[in-house]
Amino acid sequence: MIQVTNLVKRYGEKEALKGISFSVDPGEIVGLLGLNSAGKSTTMNILTGYISSTSGTVSIDGHDIVKDPTACKRVIGYMPEQFSFYPDMRVSEYLNFVCDLKGFPPDPEKRKKHLDGICSRVGISKMTGRMIRNLSKGYRQRVGFAQALVGNPKVLILDEPTVGLDPSQIIEIRQLIKDSGKSSTVIVSSHILSEIQAICSRVIVIHEGRIIADGAPDRLMQDIQTNHRLAIRVQGAQKEIEAVLSNLPKVRSVKALPQRELGTQDFLVEGKIGSDIRADVFYALAKANLPLLHTYGGELSLEDVFLHLTGDKQNAREEAR
Amino acid sequence: MKAIFKRELRAYFHSPLGYVIIAVAYFFTNYYYFSYNLYGNTTDFTTLYSMMFSVVLFLVPVLTMRLMSEEKRAKTDQLLLTAPVSRTAIVLGKYCSAVVVYLVAISATLLDAVITSFVAIVDWPSVLGNFLGIFLLGLALIAICLFLSSITESQVIAAVMGFAVSLFLVLIDAISYVVSSAFWQTFFAYLSFNTRYEPFTLGIVDLPSAVFFVSVAALFIAFSVVTLERRRWS
Repeated sequence: MIQVTNLVKRYGEKEALKGISFSVDPGEIVGLLGLNSAGKSTTMNILTGYISSTSGTVSIDGHDIVKDPTACKRVIGYMPEQFSFYPDMRVSEYLNFVCDLKGFPPDPEKRKKHLDGICSRVGISKMTGRMIRNLSKGYRQRVGFAQALVGNPKVLILDEPTVGLDPSQIIEIRQLIKDSGKSSTVIVSSHILSEIQAICSRVIVIHEGRIIADGAPDRLMQDIQTNHRLAIRVQGAQKEIEAVLSNLPKVRSVKALPQRELGTQDFLVEGKIGSDIRADVFYALAKANLPLLHTYGGELSLEDVFLHLTGDKQNAREEAR
Repeated sequence: MKAIFKRELRAYFHSPLGYVIIAVAYFFTNYYYFSYNLYGNTTDFTTLYSMMFSVVLFLVPVLTMRLMSEEKRAKTDQLLLTAPVSRTAIVLGKYCSAVVVYLVAISATLLDAVITSFVAIVDWPSVLGNFLGIFLLGLALIAICLFLSSITESQVIAAVMGFAVSLFLVLIDAISYVVSSAFWQTFFAYLSFNTRYEPFTLGIVDLPSAVFFVSVAALFIAFSVVTLERRRWS
């Protein structure tokens, strides 16, 4: 459905995208994950034809976005990161305008039915007579989502659709995206890992204009949550514990963390890539009569993912030497 | 194009802007009608149309200032530029909506001529020639100001630039008088909107002048399309 090949985008000296390639099959819900300025929005803007790439190609439903932009745009529903609306328009007027723009459906009765269906799906049926400027942020986002659904697009491109929403609104929008995935191919960008996990069947991680990972979110997390890195809390003197842990052959580094409990010390113990250090750490501490009180990892943050993905490449290069 | 035309037209009349522009045009038209026609006891509308030339120069920048700049500032252009609509259709839709409002605004002159015709004989060829002249002048000015609106995010800057260009088009006559070179005199006289407008005030449908105004309009519409397209590649 979507084929992106070697996409490069330069803004003057700055290279925002450095040769991104990926393809998306029909019915997939793909998440673009990345920190701010990673290149997510630039990628989406190119996919929607809002801006052009410096080089590379984008094909949507068999049409090239540069050669045949109108045909591409006909199959795309796009919700930009900042949903901008005309302040003088009511919800129904705005959605009718979007219908006019997309030329769908021209028949008034069919159009009404179509729009009623969309409004009902996104939960704005009671808001159609209201001015958009008077709606809350959550409802505005829904209107933005509704306009993307006009014309039953084959491809839905949603740029950070839950930004600025409260938790209950986030859950609702996520459900809407999941439901939309049943009839459309969806690309959704976010910088929240848990969001991508909750919505997407596949995640593409972008960092500094490059794809650094591409796969199922669970697989990605599994890869990251390796057993070669442990955060532990041990009862005893810092130097003694450090000495015991540093002597383990599989351990690469031992880093003391801020003390959280009196008489104990927290450490981040890192083993060699691919090694499982859990048992070794346990037995070594037990042998030295240093009680292991606690091991913890906690939720992985996006920063952890990036540190892992970028750090691992660095480590892999070092170990290869 | 039709969707954008409808939206823009609606925007003019869902805000005070459209009404203010029409009210100002009607006020000045009727002021000059009273001063020159009723008070002067004449059915010659040439003076009225000549005065409207100056009014139009100030009305058009206000009419067009928000058309492109506001979309850019508010980022509502994202919807238009990602919709299956060409850049040309976007520009033409906006242009046509401004032309319709402009037509309504200058229609006051025709209305006054119709009212006069009930009590006196009106020189209709002269009135229609004048009306055509002011309409063609508007076509060109709207296109120029639309282009100016497309190169900035600020409505105020778009309007100020529009006023400046309008004034320049008036002053260009004066420049042609002060330059000594025959070539530049001809050049400035050729570009002068005032000179181009004059034949119409005499009731003459001057084809070269009509082509000039239409060509200027087409050129600046094309410039606006290119500006919009350029943003895609920047």
